[in-house]
Formats: sequence, C-alpha cells, structure tokens
Amino acid sequence: MDPVKISIFGLPGLLVLWLLAVVAFGVFGYRIWQLVGLLRQGRYEDRFDHLGRRLGHVIKHVLLQPRIFNERGIGLPHFLIFWGFVIYATCFNWGLVRGLFPFLPVSYPDEVKAASFFLDVFSVLVLVSLGVAVARRLLFAPKYLHLSLDANLILGLIGLLMLSTVFGTAFRIVSEGGHTSAWTPFGSLLSKAFTAMPPETAHSLANAMWWLHMIVVLFFLVYLPYSKHLHLLASPFNVFFSQSATRPVGDLGVVGAKEDLSVGAARWQELTWKQLLSGFSCAECGRCDRSCPATASGSPLQPQQIVQRIKEHMVRVGLKRKNGDTAPKLIGDLLTEKEIWACTTCMACMNCCAVWNEQVPLIVALRRHLVSEGQVERTVQDMLGNLQRYGNSFGKSDRMRAKWVQTSGLKIKDARKEPVEHLWFVGDYASYDPRCEDITRKTAKVFAQAGLDFGLLYEAERNAGNDVRRVGEEGLFEMLRDKNQQALGKAQFKKIVTTDPHTYHTLKNEYPWNGNRPEVQHYTEVLDGLIQAGKLPLKKKLAGRVTYHDPCYLGRYNGVYDAPRRVLRALGLEIVEMPRCRDRSYCCGAGGGRIWMEDTEKVEERPAENRIREAVALEGVQTFVVACPKDIAMFRDAVKTTGNESKLAVKDLAELVAEAME
Amino acid sequence: MANPILVLAEQLRGELADITFEMLGAGRKLATASGAPLYAALLGSEAAPLAAKLGRADKVFVVDNPQLNLAPANTIAAALKALVDQTQAGLVLVGCTNVSLGIGSILSVKTGLPLVNFCRSAKAEGGALVVTSQLFGGKILSDVKLADGRGIVSIYPGAFPVDAGKSDQTPPVEKMDLPVEAPNVTFKQYLEPETGDVDITKQNVLVGVGRGIQTQDSVQLAEELAQVLGGAVCASRPVIDQGWLPLSRQVGKSGMTVKPRVYLALGISGAPEHWEGMQNSQCIIAVNTDPKAPIFDGAHFGVVGDVLELLPVLTDKVKARKG
Amino acid sequence: MNLYVLLKMVPDTVEELNVSADGKSLDSEFLRFKLNDPDEHALEQALILKEKHGGKVTVVALDAPEVDDVLFTALAKGADRAVKIPINQAGLGTVAAAKVLADFFASGAGQITPDTLVLPGSQAIDDLEGELAPFLAAALNLPYLGVVCGVTPADGKVTVMKEFAGGLRAEFAVTLPAVLGIQSAEKPPRYVPVAKVRAAMKSAKIEMADLTPPDRLIQLEIERTYKPEAAGRAQMFEGAPEEVADKLVEVLAKNSVI
Repeated sequence: MDPVKISIFGLPGLLVLWLLAVVAFGVFGYRIWQLVGLLRQGRYEDRFDHLGRRLGHVIKHVLLQPRIFNERGIGLPHFLIFWGFVIYATCFNWGLVRGLFPFLPVSYPDEVKAASFFLDVFSVLVLVSLGVAVARRLLFAPKYLHLSLDANLILGLIGLLMLSTVFGTAFRIVSEGGHTSAWTPFGSLLSKAFTAMPPETAHSLANAMWWLHMIVVLFFLVYLPYSKHLHLLASPFNVFFSQSATRPVGDLGVVGAKEDLSVGAARWQELTWKQLLSGFSCAECGRCDRSCPATASGSPLQPQQIVQRIKEHMVRVGLKRKNGDTAPKLIGDLLTEKEIWACTTCMACMNCCAVWNEQVPLIVALRRHLVSEGQVERTVQDMLGNLQRYGNSFGKSDRMRAKWVQTSGLKIKDARKEPVEHLWFVGDYASYDPRCEDITRKTAKVFAQAGLDFGLLYEAERNAGNDVRRVGEEGLFEMLRDKNQQALGKAQFKKIVTTDPHTYHTLKNEYPWNGNRPEVQHYTEVLDGLIQAGKLPLKKKLAGRVTYHDPCYLGRYNGVYDAPRRVLRALGLEIVEMPRCRDRSYCCGAGGGRIWMEDTEKVEERPAENRIREAVALEGVQTFVVACPKDIAMFRDAVKTTGNESKLAVKDLAELVAEAME
Repeated sequence: MANPILVLAEQLRGELADITFEMLGAGRKLATASGAPLYAALLGSEAAPLAAKLGRADKVFVVDNPQLNLAPANTIAAALKALVDQTQAGLVLVGCTNVSLGIGSILSVKTGLPLVNFCRSAKAEGGALVVTSQLFGGKILSDVKLADGRGIVSIYPGAFPVDAGKSDQTPPVEKMDLPVEAPNVTFKQYLEPETGDVDITKQNVLVGVGRGIQTQDSVQLAEELAQVLGGAVCASRPVIDQGWLPLSRQVGKSGMTVKPRVYLALGISGAPEHWEGMQNSQCIIAVNTDPKAPIFDGAHFGVVGDVLELLPVLTDKVKARKG
Repeated sequence: MNLYVLLKMVPDTVEELNVSADGKSLDSEFLRFKLNDPDEHALEQALILKEKHGGKVTVVALDAPEVDDVLFTALAKGADRAVKIPINQAGLGTVAAAKVLADFFASGAGQITPDTLVLPGSQAIDDLEGELAPFLAAALNLPYLGVVCGVTPADGKVTVMKEFAGGLRAEFAVTLPAVLGIQSAEKPPRYVPVAKVRAAMKSAKIEMADLTPPDRLIQLEIERTYKPEAAGRAQMFEGAPEEVADKLVEVLAKNSVI
C-alpha cells in the first residue's frame, strides 16, 4: 500500500510527488538563500569560537528548552509541539525519500513499529497541546502575545498534520482488516469509529490522508520562511551563536568586528549578522514585552517591536535591488528616538527570551548612532560633558570625589601610595550624591571594624563607564576605561571591591586588564566572605521581616543572588521574597543612563513605584533592602511619591550591617 | 580743580535705568572727594527729555540727535569722545549692562584712557583712584589702581545704592551738536518678550528655579509651591535656555529685575548675572546642595540640601499651615 | 560666508579658585581651564550659519592649557580650520589679546573678505580690561554689536538679534564684514562624541600662526587680588527636610506670605 503508486488527476503519484517536492524545496531553498543573503549583508562579528560549548548551549536550550517553561501553562505544550515536530520532520523526510525513490528497500515510517508509536502518541499529545495553545490565544492571551493570522494558520496546519496522521492510521487499520496494535494506540482507538467502512474506502482514505499530510508539509515548507515559524530554523542557530554560550552576556564589547562598531547602526546593514538573525529567530511570543519595566510604565518601548520591525524592514527593503546608503534610516519612521532612549538596560527581556535574542546590545547599537550624530537630549549631553571633563556625572570637581572621607572619622589608605589588599572602587553616586554619602561612610566603618585592609584611588578614580557605554558614547567609555586602567595599573592591590553594581559589572566584565584580571567583588560578597570566616564583629541581632531587591547589574547580569541574602540572614533578619525576585527582579528604572533623562512621556507608573507597591503588599515587611546607590535614590523617591513612607523604609544592606555592629 | 567726572546716562525706551542713578551716586561721592565737577551725558533724542531727573549731576550734556537712538557702541563712543574732549573729563563712568556693552572698550581705544571693568566699588586715594572689580563670577576681587585717577570705569549693577543718585533738583542743561557718522549698525525693530500669563515683576512671592531643579518635570514641583504661596515660578538663565520656562520668566541681566517680598532661590548658585535681577528682594531664601554656592553669601536664609527632596515637604507644610 | 570664531580659555570656576603667593594672580596649582561659555555659543552659531548658508569656519585661539582639546573638538563639530597662536594667553589682558588677534588678520593668516563675520564670545569672566569684541572691532575698523543671540544673513547684510533686559530683544541690520560678540547661539551648543574628537586628533592638524607677542601684556596696575569676604551670610537651617520645612514656614509667615 504505497501511496505513491496511486494516480492523481491522471498523473502518476510519483510524478506529482516529485513535482511538488521539487517546487516546494526549490521555493523554500530560494527563500532561505535570500534571507541568508540578507544576513550576510550585516556587519561581521566572530561568534565561531568554542564550538563545543556552543553545541552544549544548544542541547540545553533548544532540546530541553527550560526557558519555555518560564511562563505558566504553555511550557509543556510547546515542549511537546517541538518534540512532535522533531519526530514528524524526521519521519516526513524519511517518508519523502522513500516516496520519491520507491525502489529503495526502506519501509515507510508508519510501517516501522517504533516510529509509528511515536507518530501516533505525539499526534494526540500535540493535538492536546495545540488545544491549549489555541485556548490561550483566544481566551487567556497574555499581553503582547502577537495574535496574528499567521500564528493561527500555523496552529491549524500543525493540527491538520496531526489529524491526518492519526486518521491515516485509523483508516489503514480498517483497510487492513481492523487489527489494532499497541504500537498505535490512538489510531487503533479511532479506527473503532470506522469499523463499518468498506476496506477499499478506508484504503483510499488512508492514501488521501498520506497525500494530505505530504502536501500540507510541503506547503508548510514553502510557507515557513515567510512566516513567524521561521523561528524553527533560525532559533537553533540563534542559540548556537548566542553570546552567553561563551562569555558574559552583559559585555557589550564585540569580538572580531571588522568595522568600527562604536558609531552604531543607522541602517539595517550596519547591524551585525547576529543582530539581524534575531529578527528571524523571534517567535513573537511577547515574553520580553511582558517583562520590560519600560513597557509596563507606559513608555513607547517594546523590545519585541524593535526586533520585529527591523526584521520586516530588512526583508522589505533588503530584497529590493537598491541598497546601501539609500536604504532608509532605522530611526525616524521605523523606530522613534523616544523608544530607543526608554530602555534601562535591565536585561529582563534577554533573561526570559526563549530564543536567546540579545535586545539590549541591539538598542545600544542604535543609541551609538544617535550619539555619533549628536542627537542626545540636553540633560544627557550635560552629563556626558561632565563625565568627559570631571570624570563624574555630577559636574563636581574630580578633587571633591573623596571628600566624604574627611567627615567619616576614618583614615583611609591611599592605594596610589601604599599597597592594600582590597581596592575600594567607590563609584560616582556613592561618592558625590548627598543622599548616599552617609551610607558610604557607614560602609567604610564596617570595613574598618572588620579589619579589612582597604584603600581608595581618591581623586584618580573616574566613573567606571558602565552607563556611558549603555547610553552609546563608546568613545567616552573607552576614555574613562583607559584612565581608570591607568590609575589602577599604578596602584597595588589584590582584589577590587565596589559599592555600585554598575561599577562592579563593567570592571569585572568589560575592562581588558591586559589579561590579568583581579578578583572583583561587590561589597555584599565581601561581607558574606567575612561573615563566613567569622571575621565580622556583629554585636547584636536585628529582628524583623525585610525584603531584598536584587539589583539588575548584580543579579541578572552577574548571578550574585545568595551572598546578600546570607548576610541578611546572618544579621538575624527574616527575608520575605517579592514575587519578582532573583533573576526576575524588577528594575528601579535608573539604568542605561535613564537616571539622567527626562521621563519620556507622562508615564502611568514609574518602575520604582511599581516595585515599591509590590513590596508593600508583602505581609509584615517594613524594610526594603537594596545594595546599589542608584536604588537608594530611586526607591526612596518612589516610597514618597506612592505615599508609603509610614509603611516601608528603604535601607542599604550596609546600613543594616552597620546597625548590627554598633 | 580736578578733571571732571562724566557719567553716560543709560536709558531704554525713554526710561532711565537704575544703573544711571547708581553711577551718579558713585560719581557724586568721588566728585566731592576730589573737588571735580560731575557731568552726565544724555545721547539721543529719546534720552534728551530725561535731563530733569539727573539733578545729582552738576550739568547735563544733551545731544538731541535721533541718529544716536539705539546707535551702535562705536557711534556712542565717538560722541562720548567728543564730549570728553570738550569737557576735559578724566574719568568716565559707564554701565556694565547689555545696553552699554562695548561702549567703554571702544571709548578706551579712542581716548587712550584705560578701562576697568566689573567695578563693585571705588575710592580715591590721594590723586589716584582704586577700583575694586569682581572677576570669575564674583569669586575673586581685584583692586586696580588708576594712578592719576583717569580712566573709564564700568559699573556693575547693584554695586552702588540707587537712591544716592536721585535728586529733586533740576540740573543745568547744555545742548550739544555733534556730527554723527552714518552708523553701520542700524536698529530695525524691537522683539517684545512674549507676554506670558504672568508678570513676575508684580509678584509678591517668587519661586526661582535654577540648574538644581534638574529636570523639566521637577519644575512642576516648584509650580505647586508657587501656587500655594500665591506667587509664580521664575528661573535663572540655564533653565530658560533649556526651554523649560518661557523668556518672560527669566530673572537676571538679560531678564527681569524683580523685588518680591519673598524670593525662594531653589537650586540657583547665585551667579552675578542672576543675582543682579533679584538682589533687592525683601527676603531671599536659598536652597542648594553646594554649601559654597555664592547665593548663600547674599541670601537671608539658607538650606544646604536637595531641592527635590525639600520641595514637596515644604509645599505640604505650607498647605497645612494655611489650613 | 567667511566665519572666524575666537576662542578663549578661562579658569573653570567649578574648582576652588585661590590667589597665588604674589597676591596678584590666580594660584595655578589646581587651576583648570575650560572654554569660555559664550565662545562655545559663538562656535555653535558659526556652525549653524555654515550649515544654512554655506561657507567656512575658522577657529582661532591663543595658547593656554587644554586649548588643543578645544580646537580639536571644534574641528570635530564641523569647523574647517583651527589656528593656534603660540603666544601664552596667561597674563595677557584683553587689550593685548585684541592686538594679537588684530595682527592675526593683518598678517594674512586670517582674511577679512566682504562676507566675513568675526565671532568672539560677547564677554568673559576675566575681562578686567573690557571685552575682546569691541577692542578688536576698533582695531579692525569694523562694525560691532554685542550681546548677540541670533544672526541671519539678509540682503547682503546680516540681521542680528541683541538682548537687552527684561526679556526684550531687538533686531539690527549690520553691514559686512563685521565683529559680533555672541552671547548665545540660536540653539544650544551641539554634542560631539569623544570618538569624533579623537578621530579629529588623528586626522586633522592645528595650524600655527607665527605672531609677535605684544610689548605690554596688561594695561592696568593691579594692586592686589583676593577672595571676597562674604559681607553677610545667610542664616542657615539644618536638619531633616521636615524640620527645615517647618522653619521655612515660620519665615514665610513672618514675611506675611502665608
């Protein structure tokens, strides 16, 4: 019962199959070749290192896809649909080859027990999963899930494929005398509904189901590269070439670039091929939009939209003959400046993206272009000017950086003049902002009382450059980095400790250190180490329930979640977690230079306010603990503007430690 | 008798500027000390009718020529030079203002008399004159000695008391006819400031915002305070330049001069150009994060702190007090 | 249009200014210099004019600390030519500086053509001897207007907007060539990224103009220079915002405002 042997509209089935297959694969191949051609027009970057590690990343995140499970209800269904696809694709190709070359001494897949078992079981698993997916889209669609005809068509096509399989099995069973098999449980079950059918009819229908299945798949093949289902093909590559497979994902430096990427991208061809690949890999699921604090606060930024619009633009514009300089600019009609500037670089989007897209570097590339054109808002211009001139964003003299030491009551070593074990890179906000000075002094006292051997760079310290880089002023970032490396090169120390997670991140991940990177720690890690070694003289236990806010650049960017929590527990405090904790922590809104910018529009609710409300809803929690100076500024303001002064106090972890040491 | 002192009276649209009286007062003191006559110069047909108000001078020289109205510095300096030659004046006082900018410098070239700019005070020492000038926005003072008491001094507004230059007496007037070259800079028209909804010069309470307000959104906080106090918001130049408030709200050298009962200077450093515009406010309260801000030297009350933190708290307290 | 922008470095008042031991000048130990603010506006106005009406922008400066950075930044912003006069600006009063700059034009290093505008900043914070623009205009025998906040070419002349007081401004017609002291440009000075300035440092050159230093550097006899003693000092309120606000409310009440 070879379905290829029947005749269709007077033509031999084999010929029809060949025609369809050649056309389908031809169109598919042509389209893929076109799309790859677009990718090749992007700028080069080297993502071909550590192939073994990359493969491991793919095995984990494509085959096991843990990130798909990060949203309720859709994890298992998608997992099943994915594996169903793998099985069906394998069997399809097997069946197609057998169909096209009937002389091959190979059975069709459904004639092989093990294969038919998987086909049968998965047909139902996938159908159920599709049911869940459809219900989700129709009745419980999460915000920003892109509801499109395309998506529904795909669900329908997959459904057809499953149905054609299970019905095909049922009809085949009936045509062969109704002998059910444990290898095809569902097909067998279904066949019971057709026992009355004459075997010839059943045979014809079984063949029809086979042909239906083949035609749908071939149609799907042609349709795929024109639909969002392209993510099937593109995303495994996207995951393979993902930066996080081989190096810190928060490192904005690009390896092996052939052009100068510091001027950013004005047109689609000025993005790298990997950035362009994101568009094809995006499955339009909306996870990034749902997790984005800028989106939630009503700003015009939606990461999914940026990725999608660039893809659509590239395909539309790139496939026409005219290209090059005449391609329209990305920012203007396609993307607005406002949405590009609205990003806080918190990486919530990248943290939950199931295809491992890199939205933040994409946005920074666009910002770099705006900066190179001088199209930066006034307040940011002033900040950049201050940073260039004085090495800090406050516009105060660099000589005033360590002024807080004078009122601290401590003599703190000068690491430029004498060797120290810990070089304390204090950071702008901790040094210059009057709201943070007190905490900095307390931190110093804690270090001193713990007998830590530490020192400062005093006036030689400059802003580490993290936010400058994220605003897109790459040249200024390099200048600050060079100055800092110079000063650090002259000082003698073993480790670096920072107060500010932004500083921590960039010193640890984005400074070349001439290959000799010292250990960089956040002060919470240092305190944790001291407590574990029994070297922190705590005099009393603090009581009460607190909640801890994971700073973006300490938590999501660098995976430091537990050290601060251990410190808090060691102080005797009870930690009550907010629903969005650890890697799902909700950004305060200051990052990416946003603390220097005006609110883009009349925002519905600022991210920090949203976060405070989340904390206030926790029972019995009166203290909101932070470990970043910018968090102090943002959350203390938010507590006031949300009218929660009597309910919640915002404290830095250092303040609590100091309290416990009094 | 020592060489006469000549004051270039400054007026705008037919109204004498306060600086004129400041200069007359200062000039009078110096003239009395040295026994020299004090002359005033009114140049232009727009200025001519104002002679009666300059009674503090011993004589007023009037050049009633319409070509001198809004004439460029070069033309004015040429006329002044002729007057200097005629009267043998040894000391000329001009205003350190937008209107008179450049006149002193060009006069210096024409007469050879040295110019001393930014004068805050002057005293005679024997036959010499020692002028104290402010530099670097008032952070540094320099004492300049004019050994023979001859020179051109540009007087900074607010340095001398205005009343000392006023007088009920009518001075003798001498009309002068001077040839005036066709100027190569001709007045076309005035550009009136957009009359905002508010005339800040008529307010009892002004809430002034400067760089320390940080963002445009925060100006709203100042508006709220101004509202509960029944006053208005005004600003220093940087805020106006950003476009956060209209030109009609600018206080300072190029902006308005205000004298409210209470002036709250929030996040304003107190640079001379701004101070000039509000120095005579009855009560000045300054808030700034920089304890060394010059505003604290002149204000009556001061707070070293963050404007953005204090504003909402203050607004609430005022509301509560008002009941 | 042939545009010349004259740049001057002035002490940065963000730093603490101290008087040197001789009691006459500024202590140079922690002294830093920055571009005179109105000069930055003059450059911006020149660039705007070039962008709108075509022409060439030349920036000129005397030698001073950090002036090279400023000149390269000007080139990165779009100036066509940068000239440094290797005469030390320090200790040079405005009159002497004006003489040097007049020589710059007289020597042919700068050319006054019929469509030339010379644009210094309107004034500077250390102009003890007076402003550069009028002195230079007198030396070059050119029309001059100061406190300029807008320049537009019109009918072979330029229409210039000048600031008075109280927000009042006026338009003047100025014949070319002329000297205009710029107070503020039509738009705030543009930002130029560090990468562009660095690129300018590599690719562009600063020309040197060889001129003789003037005989007399300063026209005035400075007896002494000193920091002012605050005549009065505000009564300071300290404490948490709540406490401070209470005290301020009292003051407001006393002044019959509440």
